[in-house]
Amino acid sequence: MAIHPLERRWFVVSILLVLVMGLFVLYTAWAAGIHPPSNVEAIDSTRLHLTPEFAEDHLGVERTKDGTVVARIVMARYMVHPQEITLPADTPIVIRAASADVLHGLHVAGTNIGTQVVPGYVSEVRTTIRFDRVAAIGTANPDGSVTVPLFCNEYCGLGHQSMWGRVRVTKP
Amino acid sequence: MSDTAAPRDGLSGVRGLALAHMWVGFALFAVASLLGVYQLFERDHVVRISAELYYQSTTLHGVVQAFVLTTFFIAGFGYAITAASLRRPIRRKGLAWLGFWTMLVGSLVAAVSIAAGKATVLYTFYPPMVAHWTFYVGAALLLVGSLAWTAITIAETVSWKRENPGRPVPLAQFGMTANAILWAWTLVGVVVEVVFQLLPLSLGLTPTIDVGLARALFSWTLHPIVYFWLIPAYVVLYSIVPRAAGGYLFSDEVGRIAFVMLLVISLPIGLHHVFVDPEQAAGWKLMHALGTFMVALPTLLTGFTIAASLETAGRLRGGKGLFGWIGRLPWNEPVALGGILALVALLPGGFGGLVNASYAMDVMVHNTAWITAHFHLILGGTVVTAYFAGAYALWPKLTGRRLSSRGLANAQLWMWFVGLLVLTVPWHWQGLLGMPRRVAYMPYDPAIVDRWTKWNPPMIVGGALMGLSSLLFVWVLFRTHGNPERETDPALHLSETVEPVVHVPAPLNGFAVWNWLLVVLMAASWAYPIGQFFSMTVHKALAWGFR
Ligand code: HEM
Ligand SMILES: [Cu+2]
Ligand SMILES: [Cu+2]
Repeated sequence: MAIHPLERRWFVVSILLVLVMGLFVLYTAWAAGIHPPSNVEAIDSTRLHLTPEFAEDHLGVERTKDGTVVARIVMARYMVHPQEITLPADTPIVIRAASADVLHGLHVAGTNIGTQVVPGYVSEVRTTIRFDRVAAIGTANPDGSVTVPLFCNEYCGLGHQSMWGRVRVTKP
Repeated sequence: MSDTAAPRDGLSGVRGLALAHMWVGFALFAVASLLGVYQLFERDHVVRISAELYYQSTTLHGVVQAFVLTTFFIAGFGYAITAASLRRPIRRKGLAWLGFWTMLVGSLVAAVSIAAGKATVLYTFYPPMVAHWTFYVGAALLLVGSLAWTAITIAETVSWKRENPGRPVPLAQFGMTANAILWAWTLVGVVVEVVFQLLPLSLGLTPTIDVGLARALFSWTLHPIVYFWLIPAYVVLYSIVPRAAGGYLFSDEVGRIAFVMLLVISLPIGLHHVFVDPEQAAGWKLMHALGTFMVALPTLLTGFTIAASLETAGRLRGGKGLFGWIGRLPWNEPVALGGILALVALLPGGFGGLVNASYAMDVMVHNTAWITAHFHLILGGTVVTAYFAGAYALWPKLTGRRLSSRGLANAQLWMWFVGLLVLTVPWHWQGLLGMPRRVAYMPYDPAIVDRWTKWNPPMIVGGALMGLSSLLFVWVLFRTHGNPERETDPALHLSETVEPVVHVPAPLNGFAVWNWLLVVLMAASWAYPIGQFFSMTVHKALAWGFR
């Protein structure tokens, strides 16, 4: 075979480059536990209102006994329920979201809260909101908190652009 | 290096076939590009028609650019490459024309369905949102019709090898065969989804759909399809551009290795399209993420070998010193210019791809304008620019007329390239600032929206430049047919290496081993992500329209 020595060297460099990047991802996954949100948990999207967790009066933010903050959200065309939630910054939080109809996406600007909301499954994101990040892009409120939009970021029909809510982030 | 002139070239036998395919692709491409310009206008309120029209237009634009342009170009270009590189006309022309008409009818049915407002589901048509059944029938016909090209390409290679034992399949044909095999594998996912899930759902034969399964099947297709678009661009870069630039291909074997890698690595990694979905476990995503990095390898190799080939051209033309050869490249030769620009666009495009692949970073950019910017850069910048170069190389050979205007062709290429950069640089930035993609307008808080929209004006200028460029492209090709100046040399000369390639090892001259390897890899990477839906509790979803 006629592979030039220069190409051989470049081959080695390329493989090293790819290896280093792969190892970096493995390292962050293992050591820092950084994973994209996965949560194989089935739910019947046509009966959300009949489940204990996603019935309307249980939506919103709850502080559980062990101190974790859990926000429950239902995405349904073309609204986010509840329309506004308040979350503390720099505190571990859990977002649990379900769709009542089609595929939606849930994204809170300036945070790592980003997941598809797939009918039939409960999406779960565990994260911590950094106050400086949201303060840099959000709207400041008189009480010192900051409001950022929460939008549907997956095309879900002709009203998709209007499907959004707000998250008020308070200082810890 | 000298070819003994004419009839040892099969191109004359595929003229009509190649031109018909490519003309359909390019004509619809120009229309779709103008729709893209309208979308920019609507989003920046230069015009305000309606959100409905925006999504309808984006659906048609996406479907045409991603599925129709590419499939038609690849089939037409593929027939030309097969005939030119094997130096004989293709057999089974009846089948090829049947494929063409099937694809054309399918594309038109789908386009009419979208234009009539019955299928505003975007080019990804994610269930449980359903379009009118005509949309899926059209899509299915387009895909099934393309199988004619797939079968013919593979059959031509097989019969040529039988008649020429021991001789290496020409690199260009080797690449197109890799692409045909890749396409057959790629189609499995989306065809199963359309035929067994979406068509019955849209016809009301089944009331519900397993969304998780549909998403897994679609991601089976969604990654390798990008490489189906890319391989012909690489064939242009390996087999047409070095010669057009006046140089030699630096290495034939590296090209073969790259094509094999693209085939084998791009298929088992599609799960990265559902990185932020709940229904796939993190471990499987991680596995596909690691594979996603490996698919950078063939592109890194290609970048190096093509750059080195261009360097041989620059030096043969008298370029000296470390960079002196760059200035000596034939910048006024459209085929070479297109190749150079396609190669340059690969740098920022490839970098963006690595960010998306980065598992953790992906969440930040997922479904933001970053993604749209990234695939316009790769698709418009590398893939379509290489298609331009391929067309500029082929048109004189297929029509027997010289290119109507090299000056306009060069202007067109530069306009496209500059327009693309001006369009996508701000788009990337908006994405990093969190601007969502696929929105007709942005009714959110001004504090955040204003940070994004201040980048809109350059975007519009860039998009408009590209729109003009696409019209100019079609104009140059159209005028070539009537050019009184005849092309004196009817043969398409493919790039050659300095030393002729007399022998290559069997695995770099055929695909049997690689297909077996794929059987194993596909089973390992997809059996569970797809199979899980048959063993776990699944709540199927109801069908919804898009209103
Ligand atoms: C004149 C040139 C072009 C302009 C101005 C343009 C502009 C646009 C715009 C504004 C969108 C909508 C983005 C969104 O709402 O998120 C879009 C979507 C899209 N474009 Fe282009 N585009 C052009 C060329 C191309 C080319 C050459 C390709 C591929 C070959 C392409 C492929 C796509 C696809 C697949 C989508 C659908 C994206 C989606 O559904 O999210 N475009 N384009
Ligand atoms: Cu939504
Ligand atoms: Cu939406």
